[in-house]
Amino acid sequence: MVFLFYFLSAIMVISALLVVSTRSPINSVIYLIVCFITMAGHYILLNAQFLAVVQIIVYTGAIMVLFLFVIMLLNLNKITVPTKTSLTRIAALITGGLFFLVLIAATRLTFEIHPRYAFDSKIGLVSEVGKTLFGEFLLPFELSSVIFISSMVGAVMFGKKDK
Amino acid sequence: MIPHMNLALLVPALPLLGFLITGLGYKRFRNNQAGIIASSAVGLSFLISLSSLFVLRNSGQDSATLTLFNWISVGKMNIPFAFLIDHLSLTMMLIITGVGTLIHIYSIGYMHADNRVNSFFAQMNLFTFSMLLLVMGANYLILFIGWEGVGLCSYLLIGFWFENPAFNYAARKAFVMNRIGDLGFILGIILLFFTFNSVSFSEVFAQASSFQVGAPVITLITMLLLVGAVGKSAQIPLFTWLPDAMAGPTPVSALIHAATMVTAGIYMIARSSVLYILAPTTLTLITIIGLATALLGAIIGLKQNDIKKVLAYSTVSQLGYMFIALGVGAFSTAVFHVTTHAFFKALLFLGAGSIIHAMGGEQDIRKMGGLRTKMPVTYWTFLAATLAISGIPPFSGFFSKDLILSKAFEHNFILYILALGGALLTSFYMFRLLYLVFFGEQRLAGSHPHESPKVMTIPLIILAILSVFGGFLNVPTLFGGDSNFGVFLQKAMTSFSGEELSHTTEISLILISSLLIGLVILFAYRTFVTKVLVPKADGEPMSFFGKFITNKFYIDEFYATIFEKPFRFLSGFLYQKIETTILNPAIEGIGVATLKLGELVRKIQRGNMSFYFFAMVAGILLFIIFILTI
Amino acid sequence: MKNFSSAIQVIPLEHYIILCTTLFCIGLVGVLYRRNTIIILMCIELMFNSVNLLLTAFSAYHSDPAGQVFVFFIMIVAAAEVAVGLSILVMMKRNVDSVDINLLNRLKW
Repeated sequence: MVFLFYFLSAIMVISALLVVSTRSPINSVIYLIVCFITMAGHYILLNAQFLAVVQIIVYTGAIMVLFLFVIMLLNLNKITVPTKTSLTRIAALITGGLFFLVLIAATRLTFEIHPRYAFDSKIGLVSEVGKTLFGEFLLPFELSSVIFISSMVGAVMFGKKDK
Repeated sequence: MIPHMNLALLVPALPLLGFLITGLGYKRFRNNQAGIIASSAVGLSFLISLSSLFVLRNSGQDSATLTLFNWISVGKMNIPFAFLIDHLSLTMMLIITGVGTLIHIYSIGYMHADNRVNSFFAQMNLFTFSMLLLVMGANYLILFIGWEGVGLCSYLLIGFWFENPAFNYAARKAFVMNRIGDLGFILGIILLFFTFNSVSFSEVFAQASSFQVGAPVITLITMLLLVGAVGKSAQIPLFTWLPDAMAGPTPVSALIHAATMVTAGIYMIARSSVLYILAPTTLTLITIIGLATALLGAIIGLKQNDIKKVLAYSTVSQLGYMFIALGVGAFSTAVFHVTTHAFFKALLFLGAGSIIHAMGGEQDIRKMGGLRTKMPVTYWTFLAATLAISGIPPFSGFFSKDLILSKAFEHNFILYILALGGALLTSFYMFRLLYLVFFGEQRLAGSHPHESPKVMTIPLIILAILSVFGGFLNVPTLFGGDSNFGVFLQKAMTSFSGEELSHTTEISLILISSLLIGLVILFAYRTFVTKVLVPKADGEPMSFFGKFITNKFYIDEFYATIFEKPFRFLSGFLYQKIETTILNPAIEGIGVATLKLGELVRKIQRGNMSFYFFAMVAGILLFIIFILTI
Repeated sequence: MKNFSSAIQVIPLEHYIILCTTLFCIGLVGVLYRRNTIIILMCIELMFNSVNLLLTAFSAYHSDPAGQVFVFFIMIVAAAEVAVGLSILVMMKRNVDSVDINLLNRLKW
């Protein structure tokens, strides 16, 4: 299990780096899919079965397909000459690195964490998540439909051709 | 609770209604409609006041309190919006609505040519309402509302012809002078509240009896209230606004600056008589102020040539007499003089208005003369009023003024002599006015004076009747009467019960004063009718004293020097040094700095998305670092 | 029901934190580094996922299902965001015939 964790983590980080560094958008999408599948593996390791399934279905199944679809629709898969100056790239790397350092420092400085409840391996199961979702979080769950409908309306409005 | 007493609520309500109708619809009314509405509102109000009087009499009670609603209720403070109907407020109500009605009717004739006549009547009605609020209020706060209301209306009506800058100035002057008094008044009310935890008349007076005579806090309260009364009733040192207030239309002068508003101070002190009895120091001060004002007003009146100014100074002087009466503790006498004064002074002003109307706006008595035959009604009524104000028996002024003089005699002999001197001066300048205006030859060429229309003369006649017979309200015991009026008022306020004068003394006093007044009138007749001495024109040289008096003792100039000039200097200093060199650059500097900063920051907004990403991440980074460091 | 074992029992929480921070910063660098808008959108998805993983790890650590419910909500929001973002992308492509982020420089007006 420990080995699995580090193995998945390694694949995940490498594929994430490739997402950022490849030239072709199609390749990026594929590496991102790999990244998401390893993420689902992590969920399984954490015994979060519901999330693992949702991750596969929603992210890799729906969202990434949407990305691919848009890339193909708009014919974006061309390797473009980078126009960003090297200064911007260096600035981006430095900013990202600083951010990393600061976040790590923050965790080192502040966290002294102890588990809140006694360990229960069942919390990630569909039944447990479902009970919480339809009990405590029923109202936000229902309200999320509003987000969906508004984003749907927005997407349709943007996608319409200008008259 | 007295049955039918709620009727009295209509007394202030009707003028308010009239104000709302004429004020809101002032563009709609044509001809005399507004005047008729306003007059009938006040007239009905008068009838209701009259019936309230009978209701109160028949009920056998002395006073009635009508509570409309609980107005202010905060913590311990509990002030109802209530009216107090007793003999004192009824007297004032009858004066205000009665004289007010006549003046309103008169105004229909006097103001008919003015194109803002509708606004005029609206403001007059508003004034009547405020004045009624003042006299009917059951606590000092409601009195204060009315007090401020009449001040406002006075300002509006003095400046009624606001196209003339001088009139505007006069209105402002009146307002500012009154404000000085009001400051004292409101401080007095605040102190009153702190002392008694109430501003209601009944509670304050009930608690006042627990104080010693001469208690410092009571003296302070009464002094502060006195400041208000001095401002409103045009006493020294705050009297200079009243003569200038003659800039307003003549009916306004009659109603506000003779009959009602200026007596508000007298009313207030009479109402607070319980407090004033406890403060002998204040009473002495009132006497001194009253005496000084009475003499000063009378002396200045001797040399005035504007018909309305003469009457204005006479009003100042008569108000001084009322103050003397208050000062010697004869509160009911003061109110009696308020009543008779309201009759004859309103009549004098209305008569003056009639003359001015006939002369086509001319107010200078040196240019009048010979109006006796041209305007008989005005002449006879004016004569009645002049006799009344001079104190000739049995005209109304005689009874009230003689009562004041005898009270003064009881109090102090020097006071009596000086007050009598003032009375002689009064009769002299009043007859000077009468002779110059009505006798001799007409001195203004080319004008054709004519008698005023009936709508103006009928109020004159009614007021003349009141001026002649008004004194019989209070026939002293000497003449077989029983001082009805005084006894009537005694129920509403306290008085000093000084030892009564013996009838012999009283008769001799009356004889002396009447004789002296007769001599003065004769002297005036010889000067102005037989010798036909017309006062000199403005430019001609005159004696030192004459100049001094003609220029009203230079009091306005004195005030200008000691108050206005330093203030102007201070304002100029602040404007030039502080404002232009410090404040303006500072404030402009802030604006300029903001603009410069904007120019600088504007360059960051390039519209580049990736730059915004960077900025956002940098911001988040800084934020996290900030949180970590604290 | 048999007990499952969970990785949180054997892996320290700090490791999850470091992993997720790494992923997050990779996504952040991607957003700043790339100028292709669709890649930027993908990087944002990557950042979302790193946060999701961290939430799940904490949820398992504390044995509190609420954290996983939040992950579910984040997925909902992400799905909505992707729909809108991609439609903006389509519109951008249609209007300026490119997906270069540097061409979106009219925000100052």
